[in-house]
Amino acid sequence: MEAQRHILSVTVENKSGVLSRVTGLISRRGFNIESLSVGLTEDPTMSRITAIVDADDMGYEQITKQLHKLISVYKISDLTNDAAIERELVLYKVSAAPEKRGEIIELSNIFRASIVDVGKHSLTIAATGTEEKLKGLEDLLRAYGIKETVRTGKIAMSRNTKD
Amino acid sequence: MNESSKEIKRTAALMGAPRGLGSHTAKQGQTMLGAEAVIASLEAEGVDVLFGYPGGQAIRLYDALYSSTQLHHILARHEQGAVHMADGYARATGRPGVVIVTSGPGATNTVTGIATACMDSVPLVVITGQVPRGAIGTDSFQESDIVGITMPVVKHSFLLKSTDDLCSTIRDAFHIAVTGRPGPVLIDIPSDLLGAKMVFEYPDEVNLPSYKPTYKGNAKQIRAAAEAIKEAGRPVLYAGGGVIISDAQEELIQLAELMQIPVVTTLMGKGGMPASHALNLGAVGMHGSKYANLALTQSDLIIAAGARFSDRVTGKLSEFAPNAKVIHIDIDPAEIGKIREAQIPIVGDLKGVLGSLVDVLQKDDAQPRTQAWVSQLMEWKERFPLYHRSLEENPNTIVPELVMQELSDQLDPENSIVVTEVGQHQMWATQFINREKPRTFLSSGGLGTMGFGFPAAIGAAIARPGTQVVCIAGDGSFQMNSQEMATAAINGVPVKVLILDNRCLGMVHQWQKLFYEERYSNTLLDDNPDFVKLADAYSWQGERVSDPAEMPAAIKRMLEADGPYLLDVMIERDQNVYPMVPGGRALDDILGAIDVAVGAVRTEMPGAPASSPCAALDAQFGGRWEVNPQDKGQRTGVLVDGRWIPAAEAAAMGVACDNSCWQCDPECPLTAKEDN
Repeated sequence: MEAQRHILSVTVENKSGVLSRVTGLISRRGFNIESLSVGLTEDPTMSRITAIVDADDMGYEQITKQLHKLISVYKISDLTNDAAIERELVLYKVSAAPEKRGEIIELSNIFRASIVDVGKHSLTIAATGTEEKLKGLEDLLRAYGIKETVRTGKIAMSRNTKD
Repeated sequence: MNESSKEIKRTAALMGAPRGLGSHTAKQGQTMLGAEAVIASLEAEGVDVLFGYPGGQAIRLYDALYSSTQLHHILARHEQGAVHMADGYARATGRPGVVIVTSGPGATNTVTGIATACMDSVPLVVITGQVPRGAIGTDSFQESDIVGITMPVVKHSFLLKSTDDLCSTIRDAFHIAVTGRPGPVLIDIPSDLLGAKMVFEYPDEVNLPSYKPTYKGNAKQIRAAAEAIKEAGRPVLYAGGGVIISDAQEELIQLAELMQIPVVTTLMGKGGMPASHALNLGAVGMHGSKYANLALTQSDLIIAAGARFSDRVTGKLSEFAPNAKVIHIDIDPAEIGKIREAQIPIVGDLKGVLGSLVDVLQKDDAQPRTQAWVSQLMEWKERFPLYHRSLEENPNTIVPELVMQELSDQLDPENSIVVTEVGQHQMWATQFINREKPRTFLSSGGLGTMGFGFPAAIGAAIARPGTQVVCIAGDGSFQMNSQEMATAAINGVPVKVLILDNRCLGMVHQWQKLFYEERYSNTLLDDNPDFVKLADAYSWQGERVSDPAEMPAAIKRMLEADGPYLLDVMIERDQNVYPMVPGGRALDDILGAIDVAVGAVRTEMPGAPASSPCAALDAQFGGRWEVNPQDKGQRTGVLVDGRWIPAAEAAAMGVACDNSCWQCDPECPLTAKEDN
């Protein structure tokens, strides 16, 4: 069976140790977490974990069933095939000699990214978007020399198809 | 107790309500210390016995325990022993076993016990003392992150942060431990909370919105299962530990009888079907009987009832029961489809699901169509027994199989519990100890924990006073927790320990013999202590027996003794457990099964050279020459005056074939009888 990328949205109790229960279980059952983000939900007693894992169908079924067994887990949604909105925030610190600044700013504008910090020889760019968009920007910025990249990990939400 | 009150109790347990008075104890509403509230909570849960070991961070708990009249604390000699005792208590009763230990090493010593319970779905509540909240994370004296350490081996765990949550946490812990698929729950309590003042308000309810086990099986799925059962010609009920946990023996028997379905049992399922029942084929898997393994392999429908297709049962998965459809009934949805795809999955409490299945089948007036299948299995059962007296054994040494048979015969099947350690003796016990009722055979199945059996036997004996409790041990595994002899002696627990003493780590020794060129690396235990003297040192009675003629009387003396008693039974070192499916091989690829049809000898003995021109024949006729190269074994021939004459010799004597061979050799020189 072929491994497929799954975006899991796991609603959990907002208690200490819960993240480690969830991630520990996924790794213990032999799966690698590619991306992870955690934050509060509209209900402050709950948190939402968005994790991306590579698994075949059987493996994915096991992960979700095992996660469901955790007392701290309320709900698991697979946002992979759903009509889901996916976003990630990335900060790039790019080498930018004064004469290159204009080009880089122009590029950023095209991708609706914003310049959040300017140094003598670098620019820091904040970009949000889908994986493809961010990859497109990153490819272009690489030509100038990316000094540092920080990503938040993906978050995802299902679209309002039912409304 | 009448039927209806039994039912009420079971329902209450299912819902996880306190077994004790809950919010109606006299202590409700009183102001007390956190430690006193823990003890009061245990009382409210109806706990009568707990097991443990004190220490610095648990000292306040033990101080509060000192004034409890309801709780009886058993002081183990090692925290691991305490957890196994609580586990034995839980397995023997179905009630949660309770443990109290201190922080740091006290807590880490519980890990093996907790993992053992987790693998076998045993309800435990383990309370660990922790360093004060302010000191957590500073590597303070006797600090260990026990919640982190045990995370993969608990059903759930709590680190208590405030006395406000103390009572509700304990209530939640008991609820989680016993409901759904049971398991161990750990509560880590910082010692400053134990010393803090609080008001004791014990809740009856839990607030666990994310935890809702499914008990009732889906009616459509049950209907589909009933249809599949009606159509099946070669069905097998594959009964696991779920039968025992769910108290589903009655329903299992009903279903088996109604549709005439043979039953095979896993190690955890032993006792789920009475041994005396005609449809019970007994143990299946690596050391199961050949007929039970053939039953699974050749079946067209497996009804997995609270069983999880462990690798010790299935053997090579790709060749496991290749033609069988699977109905998988389990309360844990994660078990369904984990190993073997289930065509008809049913999530629910086994007792209810089996009961509904019986109802549906009865309403349909379903008729069994398994007559040919059952008679085939019964024929195999006759043909491939687990032991046969005609096996050539050294008459001067004790045969482990016969020890187990003798013990089984002498035990009261209705009022005894057998607990095993882990190893060869465990497999022999599984094969030969007959059990009629659930919760009378306790063994570490999933984790295979050596050192489990003896303390668990103490726990079972404490839980069921008046019941004969025998621990069958190996000389290796007994030494892993033999310090608990003190616990048995001091508490007057009349537990019996029968050691099958082969002076080696028998199971590993067997693998080394069969698969590692007899390189016995670190498995020989010639320097064992004198177990009888050890018994004496702990004020036990004890005896060693090495004469086969004395063995039955020695077992009788052990069972009739008043207090704890150790019987050291000397067996030969080179005993192998057969039949055996080597790891990673198909379930019907069985070594060493006895075949009565060829003169009650072990067939397919390991190591027989396949290149021999006689290999097929030798395999068919027992391969006895592999055991004894001088003995060419029985092949084709005739019986003359009760003596076996090989075919060539018989032909020279002019004797005709008497049709006594299992199968004809095409090259046989004997002339066939006229009437054939």
